[in-house]
Amino acid sequence: MACSATAKIIHNPLVFSSSRSAEKYESCCKISGRSSLGSKFLGKKLLSAKSAISPASRRSGAVVAVSSDIVKEKKVKSGSSAASNLLITKEEGLVLYEDMYLGRAFEDMCAQMYYRGKMFGFVHLYNGQEAVSTGFIKLLKQEDCVVSTYRDHVHSLSKGVPARQVMSELFGKTTGCCRGQGGSMHMFSKEHNVLGGFAFIGEGIPVATGAAFTSKYKREVLKEDCDEVTLAFFGDGTCNNGQFFECLNMAALWKLPIVFVVENNLWAIGMSHLRSTSDPQIWKKGPAFGMPGVHVDGMDVLKVREVAQEAIGRARRGEGPTLVECETYRFRGHSLADPDELRDPAEKARYATRDPITALKKYLFENNLANEAELKAVDKKIDEIIEDSVEFADASPVPARNQLLENVFADPRGFGIGPDGKYRCEDPKFTEGTAQV
Amino acid sequence: MLGILRQTVVAKLNHALNCEQGIGAVALRAYSSSSANKMTVRDAINSALDEEMSADPKVFMMGEEVGEYQGAYKITKGLLDKYGPERVVDTPITEAGFTGIGVGAAYHGLRPVVEFMTFNFSMQAIDHIINSAAKSNYMSAGQISVPIVFRGPNGAASGVGAQHSQCYAAWFGSCPGLKVLAPYSAEDARGLLKAAIRDPDPVVFLENELLYGESFPVSAETLDSSFCVPIGKAKIEREGKDVTIVAYSKMVGFSLQAADILAKEGINAEVINLRSIRPLDRSAVNASVRKTNRIVTVEEGFPQHGVGAEICATVVEDSFEYLDAPVERIAGADVPTPYAANIERMAFPQVEDIVRAAKRACYRSR
Repeated sequence: MACSATAKIIHNPLVFSSSRSAEKYESCCKISGRSSLGSKFLGKKLLSAKSAISPASRRSGAVVAVSSDIVKEKKVKSGSSAASNLLITKEEGLVLYEDMYLGRAFEDMCAQMYYRGKMFGFVHLYNGQEAVSTGFIKLLKQEDCVVSTYRDHVHSLSKGVPARQVMSELFGKTTGCCRGQGGSMHMFSKEHNVLGGFAFIGEGIPVATGAAFTSKYKREVLKEDCDEVTLAFFGDGTCNNGQFFECLNMAALWKLPIVFVVENNLWAIGMSHLRSTSDPQIWKKGPAFGMPGVHVDGMDVLKVREVAQEAIGRARRGEGPTLVECETYRFRGHSLADPDELRDPAEKARYATRDPITALKKYLFENNLANEAELKAVDKKIDEIIEDSVEFADASPVPARNQLLENVFADPRGFGIGPDGKYRCEDPKFTEGTAQV
Repeated sequence: MLGILRQTVVAKLNHALNCEQGIGAVALRAYSSSSANKMTVRDAINSALDEEMSADPKVFMMGEEVGEYQGAYKITKGLLDKYGPERVVDTPITEAGFTGIGVGAAYHGLRPVVEFMTFNFSMQAIDHIINSAAKSNYMSAGQISVPIVFRGPNGAASGVGAQHSQCYAAWFGSCPGLKVLAPYSAEDARGLLKAAIRDPDPVVFLENELLYGESFPVSAETLDSSFCVPIGKAKIEREGKDVTIVAYSKMVGFSLQAADILAKEGINAEVINLRSIRPLDRSAVNASVRKTNRIVTVEEGFPQHGVGAEICATVVEDSFEYLDAPVERIAGADVPTPYAANIERMAFPQVEDIVRAAKRACYRSR
C-alpha cells in the first residue's frame, strides 16, 4: 500500500502488482455482437484472461481482458529443461538485451550531456520503459512505421536510426537525423520509417492512423503488395485526449493495420493517472470501439513481445487495430527539467526492482541462454557505440547559415516572388542567408 | 548549394514546372480570352478534383459528406460514383482526427485532399495543419514532405452567424511552411486547385461559398486537363493608372464593380486579384503602386493583423516614396458577425465602401 507524502493517493495495489500476483482469473468474454473481431484473436493459443479490475466491474459483458502470463506459466511447467519451451532463442535474447541496454545507456548519456550543457531545451528520457520499445519494435520490418511522442529517442534507436545520428540531432548538429532542425522531440527518419517525434500529446495518433490508412489504401486501391503495420506509442495522459478516441473509432471502423500502444507510466508530468482519469483501466477503452483491449506488464520484455506478436500479426492479416496497455514506469522525471517531487520514493523503489533489463538478464542466465561474459561483451560494445556517438556529435559542425531557410517547403518557390519579379529561391543570395526575406 | 537546390527542385517539380511554362505561354491569351464557354466555380473545382484524381491514383478525398451526400455544397458531386468509397472517404465528425489521418497519409506517400465543411471547423484541426503538416518538412530536414491540400469554403456566407463566418486567410497566411491560396474566378479555382494538388507542400485552399454558383467565362486553355495557375503570382484583373485596389476571393468581384463605378467618375482603377495569400506577390503589388501611387486593400476578414495590414507594410517598406496618399485599408468590421441581415451587411465591405475609399485615396492629395 503506497501513500505518497504530498499527493495523498492510495494506490490500488491491484493496478501495480497485478502482473506478478496470482489474481483472479476468468475466461475471456467475447465482445458482444462482434464475434468476427474477437474470436480470431481469442482463439489463439494465448491464455486465460486475467483482469486487473475489482470484482464489481468484472462482469461487464462487452469487455475483453487478456493478459499474457506465458512466462510464468511456462516456467512453472518446464522447470529447468526443454529449451523448446522457451519463448526466445539465444540470438533473439541477445538482440533484445542489446537493444534495451542501448536504450538505457543512450538515455543515461543524454542526461550527462545535458548537465554538461551540450544538449538543451526539452529532453524527455525513457529509462525504465525499454521493454515496451524493444518488445514491440524489434518485431517490425523496415517498411513498418513507428510514430511516437516527445519521448522518442529510444523508439528511434530501436527502429534502427544510428545512435550517432540521434546524438548529433540532440546536440543540434547538422549531421543529426533531421540536420539539427528537429531536436529531441522531433525525430524523423524516412529511411527507417520513424514518422516523428511530436511535442503535442495525441498529435501522433492521427498521424499514425493516417500511415495505417496509407497501408490499406496501397493494398486496396493501388493494388500493391503491402502489409505494412504502424505502431503508435503514447502515454496515459494522452488517453484522455479527444484525438485518441477519434482515432480508435476510425481505426476500428476502417479496420486499419495499426497497434495503439499505451505506455502507462502512471504519471503525466506531475499529474497522476488516477487523479485525472475517470476509469483508469485504459485497455477497456478498446472494446468500447470494437477492438480488443489488452493489458500487459510493460516491465517484462518477453510478455510485451508475446502480446506484440499477436497484435502485429492481427494488423498484418488485415483484422484491424488493437489497443495494448503496457504498465510501465519511468525511472527519471518527466524531463530533465522536472524536479520529480510528487512521486513517492517507495513507488520508485518498487519499480526499480522490476527493472526490465535486470529481469531479462535473470531470464537469460536461468535458462542458460547466455552467460555473464557474453552479456558483458554486449555491454562493452554498446558503451563503445555510445562513446563514439558522443565524439561524433561533438566533432560535427553546427548548421551553416543558409540552412535556416532550407526545407521549409519541398517546393522552395513557396517563398514567393522577390522585389525583382523573380522567384526568391532563384536568387543566388537566398540560400546564403544574406538575401532579405 | 544553390546548384543542388535547383537540381532537386527541377527533378521533383518537372511536372509543376511544365505546367508553369505552359501557363507562361498561354497567360497573355488567357487574359484576353474571347471564348464563349462559361463555367461556375463549383464546376471548376469539381472538374479539377476529377481530373487530378483520375491522373494520379494516389490522390484521394476525405471529409464530412464528400461521398454519399455529394458534398455539403455539392462540390464533390459524382466523385463517389466514379472513384469509389476508398478514394472518396466519408468521415465521422472528427476534424482533428481525420485531418491528422490525412497528414499521416501524406507523410507516407499519398496525396490527400481534406475538405472542411467550412474553414471555421478547421480550428478544431489547426494543430495538425500547422504543427504536423506545415512544420514537418522543416523539422525532418526535408525527409518528410506533406503533399496535402486542405480545402473548403472560407469567410462569410449569408446569415450563418458568428461561428460560421470568419475569414482565415490572415491566420494561415502567417505560417511558414504553408501555401495559402484564395481563388476568385472559375479559372482561378481550376488552375490553383490543380496546382495545389500537384504541389509537394501543404496547401490551404480558401474557397467562398457565395462564389460557388457564380459563372465566369473560361478559355479553351482553362478547360485543358493540364491547366495550372502558378502559385505565388497575382493577377491584374483590370489595368488602370489612378489607384490600385488589391483584393482576394469574393472581394475581387466587388472591387471590379467598384472600378466600373469609379470609371464613370473619371478614376481609372487597377484591380489586382492576389490569388495567393502565401506567398504574397509583393512585387506585383509594389509594381502597381509605383505606377498608380495610391492603394486600397480590400478583405472580408477582421482588420487587426489582417492581409491588408501586411500589404500596407510591404508597400510602405518597398515603395514609400511612390505613395501619394496613405494606404486605405478596408476590412470586415471588428465584431463577431451578426445574424440580422441589415447589420450583417454593415459588417462586411460593400461596393460603396470600396468606391468611397478609392475616392479618398485619390482626393487626399488635392
